[in-house]
Amino acid sequence: MEISRHWRLKQQRYALVGEVCPHCDVKIFPPRDVCPVCGGEAKTTFAFSGKGEVFSYTTIYEAPTGYDQTVPYTIALVKLDEGPMITAQLTDLGEQPVEIGMPVEMVTRKLRNDGDERGVIVYGYKFRPAWKMPSQA
Amino acid sequence: MRQVAVLGIGQTKVDEHWDKALKELVLEAAFAALQEAGIDRPDTLYVGNMLSPIVSGQNHLGTLAADWLGLRGIEAAKVEAACGSGAAAFRAGLMAVASGEADSALVIGAEKMSDRAGHDVTAALATAADADYEVDQGVSFVGLNALVMRRYMHEYGWKHVDFAPFSINAHANALHNPFARLHEAITLEKFEKSSMVATPINLLDASPTGDGAAAMILVPAERVYSLPGRRKIIVAGSASATDRLAIHSRSDPLWLTAAYASAQKAYQMAGISPAEVDVFELHDAFSIMTALSLEACGFAERGQGPRLGLEGATAIGGKIPVCTRGGLKARGHPVGATGMYQLVEVVQQLRGECGKTQVEGARIGLAQNIGGSGATILTHVLQAV
Ligand SMILES: [Zn+2]
Repeated sequence: MEISRHWRLKQQRYALVGEVCPHCDVKIFPPRDVCPVCGGEAKTTFAFSGKGEVFSYTTIYEAPTGYDQTVPYTIALVKLDEGPMITAQLTDLGEQPVEIGMPVEMVTRKLRNDGDERGVIVYGYKFRPAWKMPSQA
Repeated sequence: MRQVAVLGIGQTKVDEHWDKALKELVLEAAFAALQEAGIDRPDTLYVGNMLSPIVSGQNHLGTLAADWLGLRGIEAAKVEAACGSGAAAFRAGLMAVASGEADSALVIGAEKMSDRAGHDVTAALATAADADYEVDQGVSFVGLNALVMRRYMHEYGWKHVDFAPFSINAHANALHNPFARLHEAITLEKFEKSSMVATPINLLDASPTGDGAAAMILVPAERVYSLPGRRKIIVAGSASATDRLAIHSRSDPLWLTAAYASAQKAYQMAGISPAEVDVFELHDAFSIMTALSLEACGFAERGQGPRLGLEGATAIGGKIPVCTRGGLKARGHPVGATGMYQLVEVVQQLRGECGKTQVEGARIGLAQNIGGSGATILTHVLQAV
């Protein structure tokens, strides 16, 4: 049980809140208070749109403890529209094959049960296929 | 800094040692190294290990080893850098002797993995990654490497089967290493039909874990020159570098920045170029890592690593033989011990003790140990003098 750790991450997990660098305008996720590009202090919060595309993906058949009940599941590196990359599960895939470059959007889902029936249920971001608007095509 | 030489080596077989605890593996490898070196009491001791608190419920390994080796009183500590722990312990011992602070160092890499079920070990290995932003998403360590491999295949147009020569070569070489975990040749057909772990990585892309320990005695080089007998091996170059811990935070996930940085520094220190390297024990935890290491260390152009395998350059007798004792793929990957196995194997090559997988006339050997998905990388150059 790591209740306080999960509680501390609620802004990032539920709302994709990161940071924006006031010096060079780079968007930062996860927030680290220091700009990874210019090295300046970057504590201004920034909420990401949750839109992005698949940079790479894998389907996991042998899972770590806590995730073995949901195998197989698919994890992607998602390149967010605002710039940063994020590691997240893909969900709501249906019969749709995953492809590199596929547009996706963030949703909130259960990540895992932490321990026994008295444990924490951890929720967080996953990504699902997004319809591309005709105007964007 | 003074030059440092290897005075003795020792290793256990990599296996599921049901009958041996972590401590016993440490003792077996360490006593072998002490005996070969003809030393009773080194000045200092470093143990590289990643998982002992999780798997064995045991931390404080440095002092534990000193105690059970009968070395009560000496300086001792554990060094941890995920799967890079072994080489990190080696480098700690190297610095101690090179600086003049110690006149002899016992360096050990040790790991016990078979005391826990597979999914628990999978979870333990994932602690090398970012707990909040990688692991909580359910990604395994294999999964992280799979994300890199998929993108690499996409960008450079390689097929999965193009990585087969790396695994086939490792298995072929391990047949002649009594300390290797796997003694089983594999074929192209078997490689393609192996069961999936995390697409596109299957069982024969991935190294098996295991229990094992490897050890070495380091002393000032001046001490070995006058000794009779076998060839003298010195540490000609040593460097360690880091990259962002999480793959998603790297500006270029397909390039091992820390491998490039540490290799360049180690080459410079040794005064050599990649072309002079006779044998390369690289960190083939997954077949994709072989390609990335070969590229970052200057043996292949970017995106062209698999070509070296396909052309036979990485086999014994090729331009740059790798995994000559089986590599992580077939010798096995007892994570925190792996870096020390690689260094011990390079010493065996430079001494000419490798029998059927001996690289003829090997004088300069490279060992590269990787922690996490490329976040800590240590590169060492050993040289026969
Ligand atoms: Zn900035």
